[in-house]
Amino acid sequence: MSSVAERIAAAGAGNAIELRGVSRLFGALAALNDITLTVRPGERRAVLGSNGAGKTTLLNCVTGDFPPTKGTVRFFGEDVTTLPPHERTRRGLRRTYQISLLFQRLSVRDNVYLACRGASRGRFSLIRTRSSDAIMQSVADLIVLVHLEQVADRLVGELAHGQQRQLEIALALAGAPRFILFDEPAAGLSPNERGDLVAILTALPPHIGYIIIEHDMDVALRVVESVTMMHNGRIFKEGAPREIEADPEVQQLYLGGGHG
Amino acid sequence: MALSDTGTARRPIGLEGDAFSRWLSQHSPTLLLGLLLVLLPAAATDFVLDQIVGWTLVLGMIALSLMFLAGYGGMVSLVQMTVAGLAGYSITVLGASSLPSISLFWPWWVAAPLAILIAVAFGTLAGALSARTEGIYTIMITLALASAFFYLTLQNWSIFNGFNGFTSVPAPIFLGVNWKSPVPLYYLILFCAGLSYVAVLYVSRAPFGIALQGARDNPRRMEAIGFNVMAHRIAAYAFAAVIAAVGGILLVWLNNQISPGTAGIQATIDLLVIAVVGGLGHPIGAFIGAFIYVILRTFALDALVAVGLDGRRFQTIIGLGFLVIVLFSPDGVIGIWRRWLARAASSRRGIGR
Ligand SMILES: Nc1ncnc2c1ncn2[C@@H]1O[C@H](COP(=O)(O)OP(=O)(O)OP(=O)(O)O)[C@@H](O)[C@H]1O
Ligand SMILES: [Mg+2]
Repeated sequence: MSSVAERIAAAGAGNAIELRGVSRLFGALAALNDITLTVRPGERRAVLGSNGAGKTTLLNCVTGDFPPTKGTVRFFGEDVTTLPPHERTRRGLRRTYQISLLFQRLSVRDNVYLACRGASRGRFSLIRTRSSDAIMQSVADLIVLVHLEQVADRLVGELAHGQQRQLEIALALAGAPRFILFDEPAAGLSPNERGDLVAILTALPPHIGYIIIEHDMDVALRVVESVTMMHNGRIFKEGAPREIEADPEVQQLYLGGGHG
Repeated sequence: MALSDTGTARRPIGLEGDAFSRWLSQHSPTLLLGLLLVLLPAAATDFVLDQIVGWTLVLGMIALSLMFLAGYGGMVSLVQMTVAGLAGYSITVLGASSLPSISLFWPWWVAAPLAILIAVAFGTLAGALSARTEGIYTIMITLALASAFFYLTLQNWSIFNGFNGFTSVPAPIFLGVNWKSPVPLYYLILFCAGLSYVAVLYVSRAPFGIALQGARDNPRRMEAIGFNVMAHRIAAYAFAAVIAAVGGILLVWLNNQISPGTAGIQATIDLLVIAVVGGLGHPIGAFIGAFIYVILRTFALDALVAVGLDGRRFQTIIGLGFLVIVLFSPDGVIGIWRRWLARAASSRRGIGR
């Protein structure tokens, strides 16, 4: 019988996210091929790679949207490989989607409210939430954070694309996240909004780590301390932003040989 | 800036009165209609009371359970009429009927809750079976369940008394009132229908209801923000089944009989037509659809005969009406009403300018 400490260490409790030998097949296509990846709590990591490299699939395996076909996924030491997505969310995992997945026929406020409610108790409550309830303050704060207070009571389906992207980010910040996965959050944002996004990311409390997939190097490399490069479903390089930028192989494969 | 500051400062005091008058003006049409329905027995004949308004309200309740699932949950369940039928059969078998060889003659306060329980258990199970499916597959599974129940009632004689069904299923006597007589029965129906309507409206803005709409719009995102979508959908089926079950019992008490046709394929389709014609966008649509249906059912036959056509063609009329409304307004009568309001509002704004 091993000691508790040993068992926790064996479980990799030191890591926020730990993937071991993760593969994901879509038919014959291996979107992920034997990925092993660890991210510490509070660590901020960029995942870069060309189109179809498997970046989104990597996030889907972590959240359970598409569970891996092989390998294990641990979240803060716990094996969550087969847990449904909502169980992982209740453990503090959050994500945004590359293509906005919002509640089109509900208002912005309802969208954010659902995200806050999903991260709390009373999801099945038949009693309406009073406007004085603490959760409504969190909802209002999140709406202000992403600058959507002007359209808070509009239906999401009526919002401009950029506003939907902002809302996408707000939904991932609800409740008490421990780790967030951002899938190209800056795509479709104006330069101004990109600045806001960088401000939001850098202002996150230090204990909240994240993985960000981002094609815009100006955004990506400013908000992370480490970078993972992917190609054809595999990881081929990990390092600090400066190393990655300088790496000739990376430049050739990902930056198209241009300057960083 | 200064203006808005005083505005917020004053709000806490003015809020109560404001909120109440806002609530009053927002709900004035509903309150007016409610008042009208409460006062109706003073003016209406027993026929209008039970066979027009009473029937409308009961059918409306059962359609409301479908509206709740389809409108808020995006789940077109064709099993709601069956849930109502099962509740109706249960109260008949457990309670009183003209068939002492089958009915157990338990008192209503045992039979009615048990009947609701049985029907809700069935409705929830149907939900568990179909909640995993989407769109056309939900329709197919629930339709299969509905037809299975129909053929069971048709062919089983030991419990359901087969083709004949049951007659003389009386409403009970309690609190010193004979609920079988037209006016008390009307008030019982009005109370249950009103309560279900208010409950659905209220729940639609409660966490459970908003989450159901979230699951309708985007089940994958719902999972990602922490909701167990499957459990939520099944719970919605259970909630809807309660309303359908109460409606089913009232239907039996109102018609004084139940037979396989009560929850047959035709009745199942009719219920869908009622809900869609009324409109799935708001709970009132279920009752509007039911009213149109009852009026057609009651008078189309005579009207057809009057113009020299076969009276049995009233189904054709209902079908044509369905086609016309769905063609012109996919969101039913409610949709027509809403567009008309919007147009009126915009033309009023135009005059103001
Ligand atoms: N649900 C799916 N079904 C089938 N194939 C899929 C699915 N999701 C992803 N793939 C395939 O897996 C591979 C990796 O896709 P993925 O979306 O992970 O790439 P990505 O790195 O996020 O690319 P992008 O930069 O374009 O977002 C691609 O070839 C893609 O076509
Ligand atoms: Mg992607």
